[in-house]
Amino acid sequence: MWSWVLHRITGVAIFFFLLVHILDTALVRVSPEAYNAVIGTYQTPIMGLGEVALVGAIVFHAFNGLRIILIDFWSKGTRYQKAMFYVVIALWVITMLGFTPRHLINVFSH
Amino acid sequence: MSTAVLDEAAPAPTPEVIESFTVTLIVRRYNPEVDEQPKWVDYDVEMFATDRILDALHKIKWEQDGSLTFRRSCAHGICGSDAMRINGRNRLACKTLIKDLDISKPIYVEAIKGLPLEKDLIVDMDPFFESFREVQPFLIPSSKPGAGKERIQSVADRARFDDTTKCILCAACTSSCPIFWTDGQYFGPAAIVNAHRFIFDSRDDAAKVRLDILNDKEGVWRCRTTFNCTDACPRGIQVTQAIAEVKQAIMRGKP
Repeated sequence: MWSWVLHRITGVAIFFFLLVHILDTALVRVSPEAYNAVIGTYQTPIMGLGEVALVGAIVFHAFNGLRIILIDFWSKGTRYQKAMFYVVIALWVITMLGFTPRHLINVFSH
Repeated sequence: MSTAVLDEAAPAPTPEVIESFTVTLIVRRYNPEVDEQPKWVDYDVEMFATDRILDALHKIKWEQDGSLTFRRSCAHGICGSDAMRINGRNRLACKTLIKDLDISKPIYVEAIKGLPLEKDLIVDMDPFFESFREVQPFLIPSSKPGAGKERIQSVADRARFDDTTKCILCAACTSSCPIFWTDGQYFGPAAIVNAHRFIFDSRDDAAKVRLDILNDKEGVWRCRTTFNCTDACPRGIQVTQAIAEVKQAIMRGKP
């Protein structure tokens, strides 16, 4: 149940990010100055923390998506769904441990 | 030769006093003739650790408030009448022992969700049985067995669908499914389990028909593998596994 709830929440969050992302990227067609101004506002520590949340959501959604594919297509998938959920959590922690310190050093050293 | 003699020093066995507890039950009551909204009402009952929630409900009904309304028939986990939401989880009241719950806190009892509430712990089961009927849960053979003969089935063929024969249609799975809560059109796990029972039966010849029925917008593809149904099933049926097998059978085009 909780894997599904998290999958929904991260899915909707990623959708809204992509919506904004397409809009701000499309701005370059309007005027490069406007694009630079908008992208410039992203270079703040608050946005840097937001990026940690974004990457966290995407990493969970990606790993759990693979788990759901295995549940649907691997004949033993439903039997090992709980174990696979713990693997997803473990992979998420490992990925975030690798990403977060490196990213935050970049964000706060500017 | 020595014979076993009762040791005279041993004290006479005193009748053991079985410890009982005061348990608080908070029941979600609803009387459609009086109440506009369901309300939570609490009752204190004296229970033994080996009593069941159904016994507590009986005690309330018989000793405190005769208007408490709930379904139960066999009271032994076979008829599937008394599925209800106990402490937020769908269970059979007749299979939930007091000792398995944390009685230092009140026990919340309410009707199963997703089906129209009629009174207290009773819901309208018609939409549930409607889905069940739609999957044609009966044997549809294309040939007759020889005169005076039975339909022969190997042990392995029988084992193929053994798990899904255990269903008692209590609706604990269907009413624990978040998809069913928001989309009452979805067939629900119980209907799919009962379709599975015939789709994978070697004596049945209408698997295609049932797979067609379930290959619908409101059919098996609504399942989001939340595993709530598997956790809720009081018979331990691997419900999500059965749904996944039906999904794969639809993709293959045959069981």
